[in-house]
This record gives sequence, C-alpha cells and structure tokens, in this order.
Amino acid sequence: MNIAVELDDISQSELLNVSEAGPAPKRIVAGFGFWIFLLSDIVMFSALFATYAVLAKATAGGPTGAQLFDLRNVAIETAILLLSSYSCGLMSLAVDSRHHLGTAIAAAVTFLLGAAFLMLELREFQGMIALGAAPQRSAFLSAFFTLVGCHGLHVAIGLGWLVLMMVQLSIRGYQPVVVRRLHCFSLFWHALDIIWVLIFTIVYLMGVLP
Amino acid sequence: MTDTRWDVAPGDLPAIPASERKASSGLLVYTTGLLLAVILTVTSFWVANTTVIWAPGVPAGLAVLAIAQMGVHLVFFLHITTGPDSTNNVLALAFGVLIVFLVLVGSLVIMANLNENMAHGEMMNVQMQR
Repeated sequence: MNIAVELDDISQSELLNVSEAGPAPKRIVAGFGFWIFLLSDIVMFSALFATYAVLAKATAGGPTGAQLFDLRNVAIETAILLLSSYSCGLMSLAVDSRHHLGTAIAAAVTFLLGAAFLMLELREFQGMIALGAAPQRSAFLSAFFTLVGCHGLHVAIGLGWLVLMMVQLSIRGYQPVVVRRLHCFSLFWHALDIIWVLIFTIVYLMGVLP
Repeated sequence: MTDTRWDVAPGDLPAIPASERKASSGLLVYTTGLLLAVILTVTSFWVANTTVIWAPGVPAGLAVLAIAQMGVHLVFFLHITTGPDSTNNVLALAFGVLIVFLVLVGSLVIMANLNENMAHGEMMNVQMQR
C-alpha cells in the first residue's frame, strides 16, 4: 500500500516538473518545424513516385527504361551522394565542436560531391535527350524527368543553401541561429539521400528488370 | 545512461556538451551508418543484376533493401530515436508514412483497377501501351 502511494507521488511530481519546464527550447522547436517541412516534401515526392509507377510502362512505342538507363552511372551517382551525406554529417559534428577548419573542409567536400552528382545527372539527361528520349516523347519519360529532375532541383537548391550558410558562418560566426540553420541544412541533405534511395531502387533498378 | 548520448531530436544539440564528449562517438555513429548504407546499396545493385535469385522475387527483395536503407538513414544520419525530445518527430514521421502509404497504394490500386476495367478499350489504357 505504501509502495503504491509512493509510486503515485513520484509520477505526480514528475508530471509537475514536465509542466513547469515550459515550452521546449528553440533548437528543438526549430528542428521539429523543419522536420515537418521535410515530411511534407516527402509527401510531395510520394505523389511523383505514384505518377511514375502508374506511367512506367506507358512508353508509347518509344525507348524503355531498360534501353536508356546506365546502371554504372547510377551506381557512381549513388556512391557520390552517400559520401556527400556522410561528409555533411561530419560537418555537423565539426559545427557542434566549433571546429572551424573541420567545418570548412567538410562543407567544401559536401559541396563538391553534391555538384559532381548534379553534373552526372545533367549529363545523363543530356545524353537521353540527344537519343530522342526527351520528356515530351512519352508519358513514361515525362514522369521520369519530373521525378528525377525534381530531386536534382532539390540538390541544386541545397548547394545554394550550403554556400549561403558558409557565407553566414564566416560573417556571423557560430551564433545559435546560424548553428540551428546548419543543422536544418544537414537534415535537408540527409533527407535528399533518403529520396535518392527510393529513386535508384524504384526507377533505375526496378526499371531495368526484364 | 552514457550510451544514450545521441538520444536527441534532429537538429538538437547533443545532451552532453562538445567539450566533455569524446570526439569519436559521433563519428562512430555516422561511420556505422555509412557502412550499413554501403552494404545495403551494394546488395541492392547485386540483387538487380544477378540471376541467382528467383526473378519474380527480385522486386520484393529490392523493396525490402530500400526500406532497410531508409531506416538506416533515419536512425544514423537523421538521428530519429526513441528519446523524449524526439517523440514529436516520431509521431510526425508516422503520420507522414501514413500519407505516403495512402497516396502510393491508393494511386496504384485505383489505376490498376481502371486499366483492368478498360482492358478492351483501345484508348486511355496507359499501362498497356508498349
């Protein structure tokens, strides 16, 4: 009986602490808000994925995915984006420990790998269009260019954001607001890698299956 | 509780100040994630190109590998954990997964059903144009 009463007291005092703690710190609220944005972005991508999955066989007599996709190129793109995600993680570690040189190097590596990914993707698009596989050729190609191009656009925006953050960091230093934005950027960059996992699986790997 | 030093919400600062934390702990998390992601990616590409696996089972295998890799990214890169600060993020993630599931499965089921009912028509049947 006594034990039960004691347990009751403990849980009540804990509840009191929680309610007295006030609103969550800004860094948690900011992370949560950005996470909501990322999820809404993923929901938008899910609509593009659904469109692609419905139209994947609608080639209208034009080239199919199996004829167009070069899996070696896709493997290189995947490796580059994964390494870029890793170096972005190292950048947020360097930011946490206020390591200036580490932050700069990791940011530069992240930027270069992201730019290399974007270049490979644009070259792939160029090659496809040169072969006559432009977005207007078939519903399949429209869906393909919309889905993969939208991911590429996100990567391009991320690169611009990274440059902006490096400029802010050099001007304002490690102010809390700058550190928060850098963490939001790393969340964005990692989320792009998650979407790329789906793209290389659903579009490329499943696209070349017989 | 020293093992849960990475039990923080995305974008949150680590529970232990950087000065008191071993520099290797965060590096270990990211490197573990990278290794797991590499293993899963290589397996995916192998599964897609091999003839060892029964062909009709390959798409299911690829789907499982992709979901596993998304889980690895969420845990090791985005730090989605079961920690108290992460509760709201996990709930939002669950809701997001629900919406994604509804959009994907709903679209595919409806369009497949539409195609089936139009199997004798010559127009409008996007999935049968080859």
